[in-house]
Amino acid sequence: MNDRPTAAIAGAYEHPLRHIPDRTLPQIHAEVAVGALEDAGLTINDVDAYFCAGDAPGFGGLSMADYLGLRVRYIDSTETGGSAYLAHVGHAAAAIAQGKCHVALITLAGKPRTGGAAPGSSGAFGAAPEAAFENNWGSNVPNMYALAARRHMYEFGTTSAQLAAIKVAASKHASHNPNAFLRDVVTIDEVLASPMVADPLHRLDCCVITDGGGALVVVSPDVARALNKPGRAVRVLGHGEAIKHTDNGRIDLTHTGAVWSGPRAFAEAGITPKDIDYVSIYDSFTITVLQTIEDLGFCEKGRGGAFVASGALEAPFGALPFNTDGGGLCNNHPANRGGMTKIIEAVRQVRGEANAAVQVPNCELALAHGTGGNLGTRTGAATLILGRS
Amino acid sequence: MSSGLPVRKVEVNAETQEFWDATTRQTLLLRRCDACAAVIWYPRAFCPMCQSMETSWFASSGRGSVYSFSITRKGSGAWAAAAPYVIAYVELEEGPRVLTNIVGCAVDEVHVGMAVTVAFDPVIDETGTETMAMYRFGPA
Repeated sequence: MNDRPTAAIAGAYEHPLRHIPDRTLPQIHAEVAVGALEDAGLTINDVDAYFCAGDAPGFGGLSMADYLGLRVRYIDSTETGGSAYLAHVGHAAAAIAQGKCHVALITLAGKPRTGGAAPGSSGAFGAAPEAAFENNWGSNVPNMYALAARRHMYEFGTTSAQLAAIKVAASKHASHNPNAFLRDVVTIDEVLASPMVADPLHRLDCCVITDGGGALVVVSPDVARALNKPGRAVRVLGHGEAIKHTDNGRIDLTHTGAVWSGPRAFAEAGITPKDIDYVSIYDSFTITVLQTIEDLGFCEKGRGGAFVASGALEAPFGALPFNTDGGGLCNNHPANRGGMTKIIEAVRQVRGEANAAVQVPNCELALAHGTGGNLGTRTGAATLILGRS
Repeated sequence: MSSGLPVRKVEVNAETQEFWDATTRQTLLLRRCDACAAVIWYPRAFCPMCQSMETSWFASSGRGSVYSFSITRKGSGAWAAAAPYVIAYVELEEGPRVLTNIVGCAVDEVHVGMAVTVAFDPVIDETGTETMAMYRFGPA
């Protein structure tokens, strides 16, 4: 296991609301920034690095540094959709290791319910070189993920009922989260009976659309020691990234970029998938989860359906407890980007601060994985491995 | 005959002008690398396989098979009234997997592996002139 001094996540904060009509986007960024800094025992004056992605308004990091009154010496606006925030943690850890900064703030916020952008939209996509070849066929977010689901079903015999087991597990977890957008436990039959949105994906195979946000504070080993809260500073043991794209028109829809980012993160952490106690897996759709757990090596490729149908994902005692906050499928998917909340719940698990009914006993090693972009075309993948300090 | 699915004039540029012009002649052009012979998709002047800038057009057979598909029950915008419709990746004989629609049959007849052939839906401007066509695929 990685026993070098590593950066640590000292502060994590998820906005408690899911419907925020009365606040502006920068205001939500500010609220979550302050929340994460308070959680770390730091103030905005301690921050010397700032990380944000495409959800930040205006000129991104420049506009937000101005709004927040940050005086930073390191900035990173890596934009890989919902996976960006996991990349940011890795980039912050690398910058800290290089001595470039000591206290890195990462924020995310969005208002897709009350005045924001539609899922999957971005002002920049119009000029993309692929646009003319991808935007004329009625594509939308669900039907592009449905293409991946259909191909996985064709190659491996995966069924809709198996995908539904992922939503069922998430709903059981969300029932213990008072802030979750959807708190009712659902059954496999209810998932299968929900309206077909883009065959083979039903409405309940899709994540929620919520206002909200979250933030993290990543600090150097020296700062973590000085804060003197050993159980609450969660070490960043490993990080891996990848971009999976259409591969010159030979896209393989049966896997995600986790096939590359996962091994990189495990190698850096010096551990293997069987060492992991808890996983936060990006869950824009049930199929995203299924492919990702295969790609990360938690089960054989093509066997994800049987694996999830066994109840493996259910906390606290399943073989691979996942998304114990209810995930994007039930709890929160703020700004149509689920990466930030994936990290936050992994931090809660390692701290032992998850909701009691779903806290994994003696959770020492957690993995968080983000998939940003569109599984039907191109995605950013980022994997983090977090451990107790 | 047009499939009835939405069509629109797409923005063309120096790399794609010939591709879209050819659609009015019912021809699906592909780009091939002069250096490594890779068939390139989506069309661009640059070869992503060997980084050559020397690439040329050739006509696809227009034949392929369905690699994956989704019957979309709920479309938005211009596609709301078109639902249910089929979005699909068609794997062309020449190799590329092309995002498109499957037309010319009932949506529930579409299956992975189904043999298909290209069909074109014209885009007509206000003067009645066909400016380009949308490439779609129907049963072979």
